[in-house]
Amino acid sequence: MIDRETVAHVARLARLALTGEECQRFVAQLGRILEYVARLNALDLTDVPPTAHVVPMVNVFRADAVTPSLSREDVLAGAPAHAEGFFVVPRVLEAGADDG
Amino acid sequence: MDELAFASARDLVAAYRTGAVRPSQVVELALDRIARLDPILHAFLTVDADGARRAAAAWDARVAGEADALPPLAGVPVAVKDNICTRGIPTTCASRILEGWVPPYDATVVARLRTAGAIVLGKTNLDEFAMGSSTEHSAFGPTRNPWDPARVPGGSSGGSAAAVAAGMVPLALGSDTGGSVRLPAGFCGVVGLKPTYGRVSRYGLVAFASSLDQIGPMARDVADCALLLGVLAGHDPADATSADVPVPDYLAALGAGAAGVRLGVPREAFGAGVAPAVADAVREALRVFADLGCGIEEISLPTIDAALPAYYILAPAEASSNLARYDGVRYGLRVPGDDLSAMVARTRRQGFGAEVQRRIMLGTYALSAGYYEAYYLKAQRARTLVARDFARAFELVDLVVLPVAPTPAFRLGEKADDPLQMYLSDIFTISVNLAGLPGLALPCGMADGLPIGLQLVGRAFEEATVLRVGHAYEQAAGWSRRRPPVG
Repeated sequence: MIDRETVAHVARLARLALTGEECQRFVAQLGRILEYVARLNALDLTDVPPTAHVVPMVNVFRADAVTPSLSREDVLAGAPAHAEGFFVVPRVLEAGADDG
Repeated sequence: MDELAFASARDLVAAYRTGAVRPSQVVELALDRIARLDPILHAFLTVDADGARRAAAAWDARVAGEADALPPLAGVPVAVKDNICTRGIPTTCASRILEGWVPPYDATVVARLRTAGAIVLGKTNLDEFAMGSSTEHSAFGPTRNPWDPARVPGGSSGGSAAAVAAGMVPLALGSDTGGSVRLPAGFCGVVGLKPTYGRVSRYGLVAFASSLDQIGPMARDVADCALLLGVLAGHDPADATSADVPVPDYLAALGAGAAGVRLGVPREAFGAGVAPAVADAVREALRVFADLGCGIEEISLPTIDAALPAYYILAPAEASSNLARYDGVRYGLRVPGDDLSAMVARTRRQGFGAEVQRRIMLGTYALSAGYYEAYYLKAQRARTLVARDFARAFELVDLVVLPVAPTPAFRLGEKADDPLQMYLSDIFTISVNLAGLPGLALPCGMADGLPIGLQLVGRAFEEATVLRVGHAYEQAAGWSRRRPPVG
């Protein structure tokens, strides 16, 4: 139902650096769960609309008014790394890429 | 002192008014019981002793002078599940990925608690990100059941349920996505309500499955549960899914009794997998309801079997999207990597526990190209059928009666290696989340020293009816007065 290649692909999509052994375990575990959820195939869902949300409300707006928000200091206080008011992450562009 | 430890929030406030008891005494007693019992039970992840003592001292000075104008929870200690943001107090979701994170704001429910006078005593243990039915999936170790420490308290709000059951606090907040307030309430013999979706603001509740998540009150009796719901409920502009529906006085509505209320008992509630002791306790409860003047009718929820498989597509799908935010950039854990994507993937691999990774994988798979229609869309259509089942039932009856769970509390480790068996614990609670309805769990019996839970499900926004009928039952049956053997 789900093979190791698919599990590895899904792990990449989910940004999880899984080991080969972990992928193998997920093949078995996800396989069993997917086998169980396949019970849904027994339902007659012809013309049944999907429900994303049970409370019938659409386009909820608030007044377009400026309200207080968190300070930059408060927000950055929880970050693993920050400098000069920004979050710091590892280099994204190759060195010299900005020359090209 | 035991009497005080098991006093209701209503009785505490009444005793403050007369000067018989001071908030500081109650907070010291709570801290003492936590120091004594929590090495066994592990209900708390953080205890804010200093903050609680300061707040209690401030209420000490006020309760006598303002006896007539006290807010409803003045000086009452409350425990908050650790996936609900508390300004200045760590909020971990029982996950390594958020270990040590201190929120810069209060969730709306916490702000409402403070306005109501409550003292936030600490943060309670849960299955990591509320994903689980036993509280064994906490990264910081499991919580144990006060009725038998070899057994799980249920999950995911297991810490809140154990803290209330063991007389550490009279009130606690849980969250319920597929049964996470009701299952631990049932396993620990306390009262827990999952309100109608939209009844209580989710602002500041760390998101798991946003179309299902709802914060709910937990207490030792229905009246305290009603009192706490009244504090939590109401429209919040900060949560776009919060409903602008008037909030009645739930406590005042309790006295009207249960006579004339029509109860529907789904024939599916006694199906395969339901322990005989659970079925017997629910049948006995029906006799009590009949004596109270309720009408009892057999009904059917034909697609209840579809609820669990639908949930285990929809909730992981929403979770995989919601948990994408844990990337090691803005808060929480960061595991270094050679580049940004390696850092993110290594952070998530090390920061999330096995069950959370399993659900992220399942949800990502269900949403991925080629599988979306086969899984996600199909599950959303099945959700419609589940909601229609309840809608049809509520044309015939006022409330639906179900067990909380097919069995009493199971042993630690019993289902740890079998995710699917664990998921089956939620078979009677999950459909209520899919339909967005209010569900109340309350004790209805004992089996071999373990509590059994009864569930009352009502129409959307009819919490007052659910609580009123639950209160009438509780008064007649008396199960809520039982105390666990610990402490």
